[in-house]
Amino acid sequence: MTQLAQREIAETHPRDVLLRQDRLPHIWCPGCGLGIALNCFLGALMKSGLDLKKVAVVSGIGCAGRVAGYINLDSFHTTHGRAIPFATGLKLANPELKVVVFSGDGDLIAIGGNHFIHAARRNMDITVICVNNFNYGMTGGQLGPTTPTTAFTTTSPYGNREHPFNIPYLAAGSGAVYVARWTTLHVRRLERSMIEALQKKGFALVEVISPCPTLYGRRNKMPTGVEEMEYYRRKSVIRHGADPRDVEIRYEGEIVVGKFVDVEKPTFIDLLPNDNR
Amino acid sequence: MSNNGKGVLTGEFFMEGDVACAEGAIAAGCRFFAGYPITPATEIAERMARRLPQVGGVFIQMEDEMASMAAVLGASWGGAKSMTATSGPGFSLMMENLGLGIMTETPCVLVNVQRGGPSTGLPTAVGQGDVMQARWGSHGHYEIIALSPSSPQEFFDLTITAFNLSETYRVPVVILADEAVGHMTERVVIPPPEQVHTVDRRKPTVPPDEYLPYKAEGDGVPPMAVAGDGYHIHVTGLTHDERGYPAMNAEAQDRLIRRLVAKIRDNADDIIILTERDLDDAEVVVIAYGITARVSMLPIEMARREGIRVGLLKLVTVWPFPEKRLIELAGQVKAFVVPELNMGQIALEVQRVVGSRARTIPVPHPGGTVHDPKVILEAIRSAAQ
Repeated sequence: MTQLAQREIAETHPRDVLLRQDRLPHIWCPGCGLGIALNCFLGALMKSGLDLKKVAVVSGIGCAGRVAGYINLDSFHTTHGRAIPFATGLKLANPELKVVVFSGDGDLIAIGGNHFIHAARRNMDITVICVNNFNYGMTGGQLGPTTPTTAFTTTSPYGNREHPFNIPYLAAGSGAVYVARWTTLHVRRLERSMIEALQKKGFALVEVISPCPTLYGRRNKMPTGVEEMEYYRRKSVIRHGADPRDVEIRYEGEIVVGKFVDVEKPTFIDLLPNDNR
Repeated sequence: MSNNGKGVLTGEFFMEGDVACAEGAIAAGCRFFAGYPITPATEIAERMARRLPQVGGVFIQMEDEMASMAAVLGASWGGAKSMTATSGPGFSLMMENLGLGIMTETPCVLVNVQRGGPSTGLPTAVGQGDVMQARWGSHGHYEIIALSPSSPQEFFDLTITAFNLSETYRVPVVILADEAVGHMTERVVIPPPEQVHTVDRRKPTVPPDEYLPYKAEGDGVPPMAVAGDGYHIHVTGLTHDERGYPAMNAEAQDRLIRRLVAKIRDNADDIIILTERDLDDAEVVVIAYGITARVSMLPIEMARREGIRVGLLKLVTVWPFPEKRLIELAGQVKAFVVPELNMGQIALEVQRVVGSRARTIPVPHPGGTVHDPKVILEAIRSAAQ
């Protein structure tokens, strides 16, 4: 206490400028990883060297879909699954913009899965931050496209009988030029990957493994955010350059993190037939 | 023929309706098209794919119609005039983001070259079954503008009108074309650019710290800043306040929905376009739109020759519905005859508006071809009795 009292207490946080103060507090649950993911993203934006007047953030629907509403930049909260095609139109209408899609695994990989693979195939010049909490949080914890086999959710009460998507493999197989994965425990590495993704030309994906203790964790032996973070600490393995085929996340299994893909390829805009682009 | 600075392909042409639509879009200033191939609207996408790169625009073929409509909205928020074109099955898929466009007040144009339905129906044959879908197809309560061309020339002209209305009122505007008009080839005159009237959305005049993105001006329409303008806008499909922030309460819903509805209803007189023929002395009025308005010309002439005082009210604007004009006419005429290539959609609207003031005689046809003029003539005869 005495030490704290002696310190100068700052009136504002250096990242306040990037948040819509009049919209806080946010709606996320205690222990949720979205605040960490957002904080890393704001840090990455500040360090990226981008002109922030020319950055637009597009979200879909869900807990992660609410990110767009808190960021003090041009921001769009669209329909479920359609953030990527909306972002595609935005980018093509004004190629000067850096367009970022910030959304969840259900939004981007289930209902929006077709758009995800096609934007990657086209090498559309957008940055995609996919927060993966292994379930649908906003609607109360249902099975998602990333839910590990055997995990419990409200719509897999006998344990998930499906095979989940391995998001980095899906992205790499579809043509993404940058693919990285971190957990919300790896804040510095996550921020660094977000900077790289923002600076990358083409379809760049950062998957963020993130706790959802309220709806996923408590049904799967990790009832608090701390316990999910502890799971990440025990089971994460940094393996840069790993073959994306080998990074599937199994129930209670290892989480391979790192940068898996970083290649150069002409973007959709590079290949447009127009003389003036 | 010249492809001048504005991209207007001035000249006289023997041109297909779908192609005329694409040229109308380019003349109106459309510089972004996203679409997905579908009969009988594909020719619009093909023409745009060829033409947009010539005028500094972007064409993209998306993976489906949900993506197409989403991209069109995104492009509008990037500052471009944008359009998509489809037919019944694709129109169904676009309903989701049509709603987002209405809720976020996004100017854009959605062309539906109607074919026979439901479902896959008759891909290569004419229909007019999507009139009520255009009106009510997306969930929630809203008003919509829909225009219906009867010829390739009108398809060209109305595409420009559609863009101008969308920019004026900040709404998605639907063009309810049909396969017959889309695939019809005839004379189309494209004027020189200085004779093409175009409208651009109002921009904010206040600095960013004073700007409320959803605070409307006198006509119910807020000025629109787009991404990159420096206004740091927030746009959401959730119910929102004047700041554009989500507002999850009945008061905000009341304010927003009443304004979105009022900006069309209160401006209906400025929006509605009707073509009237021989109505001064008419005791029978044929109400028709699209190809059916054209098909109705012959039976109207035949009935006139028989001495029946019959006229045509062509709905160039199908939505908003011309209630005021119909009520006026209802006091003058015995009956309205309503031929359409569905089993009675606009006929129900006519009945709703005129009530017992005049008879409404539907002339339904499920589509696949146009009406036999004799069937319409027979309806006119019975209306005159």
